[in-house]
Amino acid sequence: MPDDKSDRSPWYWLLLVPVVIPLMTFLYNADEPHLFGFPLFYWLQIAFIALGVATTTLVYRMTRRRP
Amino acid sequence: MSPHLTEIVIFTVLFVVVSGMGFVAARWRRPTDLASLHEWGLGGRNFGSWITWFLIGGDLYTAYTFVAVPALLFGAGAAGFFAVPYTVITYPIVFLIMIRLWSVSHVHRLVTPADFVRVRFGSPTLALLVAITGIVATMPYIALQLIGIEAVLKTMGVAGSGFLSDLPLIVAFVILAAYTYQSGLRAPALIAFVKDVLIYLVILVAIIYIPARLGGWGAIFDGAKAKFEATPAPNDGYLLNANNQLQYVTLALGSALALFLYPHSVTGVLASKNRDVIKRNMSALPAYSLLLALIALLGYMAISAGVKPIGKDVNTVVPQLFDQMFPDWFTGIAFAAVGIGALVPAAIMSIAAANLFTRNIYREYVNRTPTDAQEASVSKVTSLVVKVGAVLFILLIDPQFSIDLQLIGGVMILQTLPSVALGLFTRWFHRAGLIAGWVAGMGGGLLMLYSIANPATNHAHFGGSAFPLANLGLDTKITVYAGFLALLLNLVVAVLGTLVARAAKAPDGPDGTRPGDYTADEGDQRIKEIDLAGST
Repeated sequence: MPDDKSDRSPWYWLLLVPVVIPLMTFLYNADEPHLFGFPLFYWLQIAFIALGVATTTLVYRMTRRRP
Repeated sequence: MSPHLTEIVIFTVLFVVVSGMGFVAARWRRPTDLASLHEWGLGGRNFGSWITWFLIGGDLYTAYTFVAVPALLFGAGAAGFFAVPYTVITYPIVFLIMIRLWSVSHVHRLVTPADFVRVRFGSPTLALLVAITGIVATMPYIALQLIGIEAVLKTMGVAGSGFLSDLPLIVAFVILAAYTYQSGLRAPALIAFVKDVLIYLVILVAIIYIPARLGGWGAIFDGAKAKFEATPAPNDGYLLNANNQLQYVTLALGSALALFLYPHSVTGVLASKNRDVIKRNMSALPAYSLLLALIALLGYMAISAGVKPIGKDVNTVVPQLFDQMFPDWFTGIAFAAVGIGALVPAAIMSIAAANLFTRNIYREYVNRTPTDAQEASVSKVTSLVVKVGAVLFILLIDPQFSIDLQLIGGVMILQTLPSVALGLFTRWFHRAGLIAGWVAGMGGGLLMLYSIANPATNHAHFGGSAFPLANLGLDTKITVYAGFLALLLNLVVAVLGTLVARAAKAPDGPDGTRPGDYTADEGDQRIKEIDLAGST
């Protein structure tokens, strides 16, 4: 029965990481160091996209229901 | 002869090809009968991972986004980059929320977010408020898509002054209206494929070709830095300052929360086949965020290239940059990408708004037991009305008004969060508390927006979404996103209202859902038709 299925899992807490980190401006609101000509402010926030992808992918894999 | 002839020809050809696809889409994954909202409005609720990726990507990252975000960086600098953290944090949040909405909608055959509120809280009034909020917030959004097309037309010199100048815009929207009417959600789903391929192509070329011509990324950032250091305005700059950091963060968070409350996002999600499709897409959709980040930086490239907007319309910055940098034939492709990029979200938004009207106003207050075919035909006609409204908006009223309204729309849609998003997790709130919270959040939000002046655009009111805390009598220059404050107010009132309603023993609505409904998946038992007439 579908009613018995629970989608609770501790892995979901991991999703907080890519939500909280991009909101901490002190991490990235600076000019140096540059990367490929990009100031920190820009390249680090672009790098957070990868962090988001990695986390959601991991959580998806760990919470997938096996048939 | 127009110096933009090559561009116009390529633009027109691509536009016509895509319009043809829109009409053919009715036969794509052909159902036995298109006359129901599940088919016309949700494409059969059967889209797999790839189609969903193109559809939601094409839906959320609109032509307006592609034109307005770089324009924001061009004008204000770092503050405009909020679009990047915004689209990063939205997916983990959605991962948790939208799969529950998908499941409960799957079990109960729900079509709109207001449908869910109706079943969950047993309150037609609350559902009506959610539906109206959705429609009002979506309308100016559709109008903004036209601004995207208009910016391109202006650059090609086909939209000048006089009545005839509006003709290309009207023709484009008539075509859009016609194939949406005929094919429903299948049309934007099919077109999204072409749109995204074109956009990815254009941006990939742009971020390699343009920096190479401008002396590299270092030079581009230096140019932006020099520009903002030279201006006296306090809130621009190529980094954030002490006063706008909180605004940056609350705007990113508020926008992320608002994004999937918009009816058109819900439509995109509900059209997918199962929970795995949605989860997988939450990992795959950030590819568009990367694209958006690069597109945003087009604003800085425009600074380095010395682009001047047409008139005062900063939205022409990106089209102007393409026009200056690319050979004519490629500019034509780039413009087509923006133009077609406007069609996909405009179609989905009008479908979503039409579904809200049909399900939560027509069905609730006009005809309580419509057949599937009646529902579909009401939605089809409403989608036409919505689009005519959007065109009139742009033609008759100052486009700036649509931009202001869209800003207000974001604050408004956020006020449905307690009912829709929190409602997916808890039934603790009382319907009276949620209604009171909505009223408070909406009122507070509008008041705050009204009080925001913007000398740069000559606005005494509705001058932006950055609410200065000084307006509350605090001695500070810090600004916060008005929608975020309004949401906090909404939540506080909803909690207090719930406590009061409980204490007064006010009758609460029945909950038509069971806990298992929120985790059900494809193949699990469905309830054929929810009994909306049975509860009050």
